[in-house]
Amino acid sequence: MDARPKIRVRGLNFFYGANQALLDNSLDIAANKVTAVIGPSGCGKSTHIRVYNRVYALYRDQRAEGEVLLDGENILSPDVDLIELRRRVGMIFQRPTPFPMSVLENVAYGLRLHYALSRDEVAGRAEAALRQAALWEEVKDKLDRPGTSLSGGQQQRLCIARALAVEPEVLLMDEPTSAIDPVATAKIEDLVELLKERYTIVIVTHNMQQAARISDFTAFFFQGQIVEFGPTEQIFTRPRMKQTEDYVTGRFG
Amino acid sequence: MNRRSLRGRKTRDLAVRTLSALAACVGIFALGWILWVVIQRGAAAINWEMFVKSVTPPGVAGGGVGNALLGSAMLVGVAALFGVPVGILAGVYLAEFGRHTRLGAMVRFSANVMMGIPSIIVGLFVFALIVAPMQHYSGWAGAVALAILMVPVVSRTTEDMLALVPNSLRESALALGAPRWKATVQVVFRAAKAGLLTGVLLAVARVSGETAPLLFTSLNSPYWPQSLNGPTANLTVTIFNCAMSPYPDWQRLAWGASLIVTVGVLALNVSSRFMLKRGSGD
Repeated sequence: MDARPKIRVRGLNFFYGANQALLDNSLDIAANKVTAVIGPSGCGKSTHIRVYNRVYALYRDQRAEGEVLLDGENILSPDVDLIELRRRVGMIFQRPTPFPMSVLENVAYGLRLHYALSRDEVAGRAEAALRQAALWEEVKDKLDRPGTSLSGGQQQRLCIARALAVEPEVLLMDEPTSAIDPVATAKIEDLVELLKERYTIVIVTHNMQQAARISDFTAFFFQGQIVEFGPTEQIFTRPRMKQTEDYVTGRFG
Repeated sequence: MNRRSLRGRKTRDLAVRTLSALAACVGIFALGWILWVVIQRGAAAINWEMFVKSVTPPGVAGGGVGNALLGSAMLVGVAALFGVPVGILAGVYLAEFGRHTRLGAMVRFSANVMMGIPSIIVGLFVFALIVAPMQHYSGWAGAVALAILMVPVVSRTTEDMLALVPNSLRESALALGAPRWKATVQVVFRAAKAGLLTGVLLAVARVSGETAPLLFTSLNSPYWPQSLNGPTANLTVTIFNCAMSPYPDWQRLAWGASLIVTVGVLALNVSSRFMLKRGSGD
């Protein structure tokens, strides 16, 4: 990797109460690239990326140890401002989570949290975000309808627009297409391709074809450890580890 | 192994089913009977004057319970003003911040105990707390007693309704950079809106029919309520006084007031169910 990494993870351990879920994870996330995180269910891939915006802090019994450097600053340090961290590091979840409000209000929600904007400015930036999420043409006539009235694929792109509106630097996607149909999945994959010009993207997926199609780097997780990490092409064609090969060729997992 | 006879099992099954159906019928029958009597006797007493006139002295015809209706509305309204915010905030603490803490468990336990405390004890407590030191009965004391009864009902339903909101919604709001309180008020509350309103309505319904906590707090009054500073007319104590009296006029007022309270509480219950159903629909 030539450029300075956007995120540098060193010796990350994660605990659910007394259970250790991540063991000594270390990797570098390249800026403006797509990094895929793959591995069998329960291997810790979601847990790993949930550290990057510290969303796990909602739960009292979960804790992380080690170093996660975002542009050189350790986000696990207690004096990190979580609100600013989460503005810089956006997240898309497995199931679309539209808020119980209108399409426009959904996108405006994050905007209003972080910026003091006039009504016109909110509308303008919401439109820009919806365009970036390739959803504008489909919803421009139903901005006042409830966000939950959209289809599943549209809801997920609404969540992407909502995350993009606050102008993050990193976008975490936790199996963003696992709950939606193939056509909508293709749209979101195309979108990821476009978005990486402006954002650093980390995507958890259990779909290996998806990882191969859209990512530049791939990390293979197994039982809380990073078994192998490298350029996607190498992971899928010339893996160094036997376990990686078995997984990407579908012999286990 | 001996096979137990099929016939015996079928008989026992039939017996249990019949008994439980009978028990259910007894319950429904009791409610139906009460409603029937209250409606029959009450409807005969209901006329326009019932709502617009105050209670007249015995022997003077043409009185109503308008003063008690207004007084009850004031008492319950002020009680809701005190009790609902406290109840909702306590519910937020239980569901959002103290879910697995020791303090949360203590608060939850005391809310459950408070729901079981006989309401007359709450009346006595407020008597000792407010009425005795001030040396006179007052509507304020009555409203405080009702508010105390509302808090545990509102807090427990609030907790239950907030707990139904999936964590993914909280995480999404937090992941956008919302502070915890904003995520709660702006996103979680909206998702649970119908349920929260239902809890408030049920608590209002619950205290609207209470008599005991008002007996030594707001007492009662034959006059139109001007403020809550003195004894305040209310429906339930009016029913109690009038029904116990030997005067047919007053007994008629008691039946009319009973019908008003019953219909009011029934309407609150039905509308809260309706709201919950509609709220979960979208």
